[in-house]
Amino acid sequence: MSQSPKTLFQKIWDSHIVAEEPGAPTVLYIDLHLVHEVTSPQAFSVLKERGLKVRRPERTVATMDHSIPTKGGYEAADEMGRIQLRLLEANAQANGVRIYGLNSVQRGIVHVIGPEQGFTQPGMTIVCGDSHTSTHGAFGSLGFGIGTSEVGHVLATQCLLQRKPKTCEVRVDGVLRPGVTAKDLILAVLAKIGVGGGTGHVFEYTGAAIRALDMEGRMTVCNMSIEGGARAGMVAPDDKTFQFVSGREFAPKGAAWDKAVARWRQLPTDAGATFDQTVTLDASTLEPMVTFGTNPGQGVAITQPLPLPSSLADANERAGLEKSLAYMKFEAGQPILGQPVDVVFLGSCTNSRIGDLRAAAGLLKGRKVAKNVRMMVVPGSQSVKQAAEAEGLDKIFKAAGADWREAGCSMCIAMNGDQLSPGQLAVSTSNRNFEGRQGKGGRTVLASPLTAVASAVAGRIADPRPLLKGGKS
Amino acid sequence: MSAPQFTTLTARCVVLPVIDIDTDQIIPARFLKVTDKLGLGEKLFCDWRYLDSGAPNPKFILNQPEAEGVQILVAGHNFGCGSSREHAPWALVGWGFQAVVSTMFADIFKGNSVKNGLIPVVIEPAAHAALVELRAQNPDLQISIDLKSQTVSWPGQTPLMFPIDPFSRTCLLEGVDELGYLQKFQKQTEAYEASHA
Repeated sequence: MSQSPKTLFQKIWDSHIVAEEPGAPTVLYIDLHLVHEVTSPQAFSVLKERGLKVRRPERTVATMDHSIPTKGGYEAADEMGRIQLRLLEANAQANGVRIYGLNSVQRGIVHVIGPEQGFTQPGMTIVCGDSHTSTHGAFGSLGFGIGTSEVGHVLATQCLLQRKPKTCEVRVDGVLRPGVTAKDLILAVLAKIGVGGGTGHVFEYTGAAIRALDMEGRMTVCNMSIEGGARAGMVAPDDKTFQFVSGREFAPKGAAWDKAVARWRQLPTDAGATFDQTVTLDASTLEPMVTFGTNPGQGVAITQPLPLPSSLADANERAGLEKSLAYMKFEAGQPILGQPVDVVFLGSCTNSRIGDLRAAAGLLKGRKVAKNVRMMVVPGSQSVKQAAEAEGLDKIFKAAGADWREAGCSMCIAMNGDQLSPGQLAVSTSNRNFEGRQGKGGRTVLASPLTAVASAVAGRIADPRPLLKGGKS
Repeated sequence: MSAPQFTTLTARCVVLPVIDIDTDQIIPARFLKVTDKLGLGEKLFCDWRYLDSGAPNPKFILNQPEAEGVQILVAGHNFGCGSSREHAPWALVGWGFQAVVSTMFADIFKGNSVKNGLIPVVIEPAAHAALVELRAQNPDLQISIDLKSQTVSWPGQTPLMFPIDPFSRTCLLEGVDELGYLQKFQKQTEAYEASHA
């Protein structure tokens, strides 16, 4: 049989086909199923109604992140939150599923702890009832978000019915300039393709700028693939990937490790393999990016004026831009730099890892959060929190006047007590700036951890680059 | 629990002509603490539908008399983008919608919808614009959806084909339970696992 060149995606897809019937979607095997409290209760109910059990509990991992208060403890949650958290515990226990519960020192955001504990490995199929499952693609795996019905399917059968998506290469060449990060890179990709530009596709990020990113940066990029409509985003695994995975609790050990790495080295896209579509970007032209509107595709370089609706030819797009600017209380054509800020949120599955906290603390050290600003720092996991505290990062945040919290999704999802008040403007390192996403009536500007810190210090939206040079923003 | 079924529907519609309506607008995250599917219809489009006082926003389309008895939503491009929450179709179905007509749907939302008997009907931008225009002139306009022939039509419009996954279509027409279908592959799954151990 001749072997035609294959993409990374195609290799993983092909190696996970359990069955295919004419007219029906592929029955795809799922290696790792991550579960959290919000999108699983109704799925476990279906299993119970049908007298089914979780088919492969050892391939299923549960954590509490979405509705858990970052103040710590059940007591801080409202009654419905407490019921939901306790139900996850009960469901996990009844099915023999490993759970990182309330008192676990390793509990955290599902997309932070997967890689952190070594569950996430190259070549795997990984799903979760959460759209940011695309994060795991940073390891050269196929990770994508599913609905609750599908959560039930995977719990019961370890398989999913899936149609093969198309592929899109997102090629980012060049070198990122100082002060410009992985977050800025992905916000620039999204600004280019729009919030629906990747629909029906899986992204593979390629190019020198992607290869130069560390694993955390790659996770940040893959995390936001869904914000362009792509269910998954992937990066070919390399030595950085193997080094990150090596030695983690659930990573292969000894001879199994050597075998795994040999297998993983076969995963990268073959020379001559083709994608259905290609998007290119030059990293060396990028500046720090911020969003100005109400979807993650509405972003601009921080030094640029806000776009004019009159520049758009399509009437629906024009109306969409006008609606976004009106909600944000921003004026077309005006600079976004200098807009007053009420809250700065450093956290979420996009930017809450130790590297994010180090970068932020490095810039904040010896500086103060502006008087009118509330800054919250929420580590992505309790392990990240402990590592940060061991390095003294918590002291830097606290000395600057920021609030240092327990791990969780926090203000990214605003269903756990952490939220904006109506009208407040947040510079947030999270992934979504939809209307009310961070609290009803709240206004969100997405940015990198560096831009978030610069804005916290200035009390207004600020470019981090002058601060990095030791000056004033 | 029986699988949802759909064959044909002729019903009035409302138009929400906004593009990129995300699932946080369809059902805000603070309502995702439910452990069942009940009551979500009351929270559908909550932050657009209700004023800060909690009173219905008289300007919002679902609060107007013409929304009474409506079963089809006509929405802008890229409907359902954002989160994977199946609570979004649960809320739409809970309110009484059985179909959404747009020029594009987000992937996860589309997959979640058909599993709940909510039909995502994709039509070309020109037909969509004509439909919106016609509906503006006639609030009683009825849209007909025929899943068997995969067509959508309204007065003055010859039936338009719309794309839908053939498997989803069969499931909806015949009431096939997807989990039941998947369970038939237990032997193949065991064989797969044995060869990948």
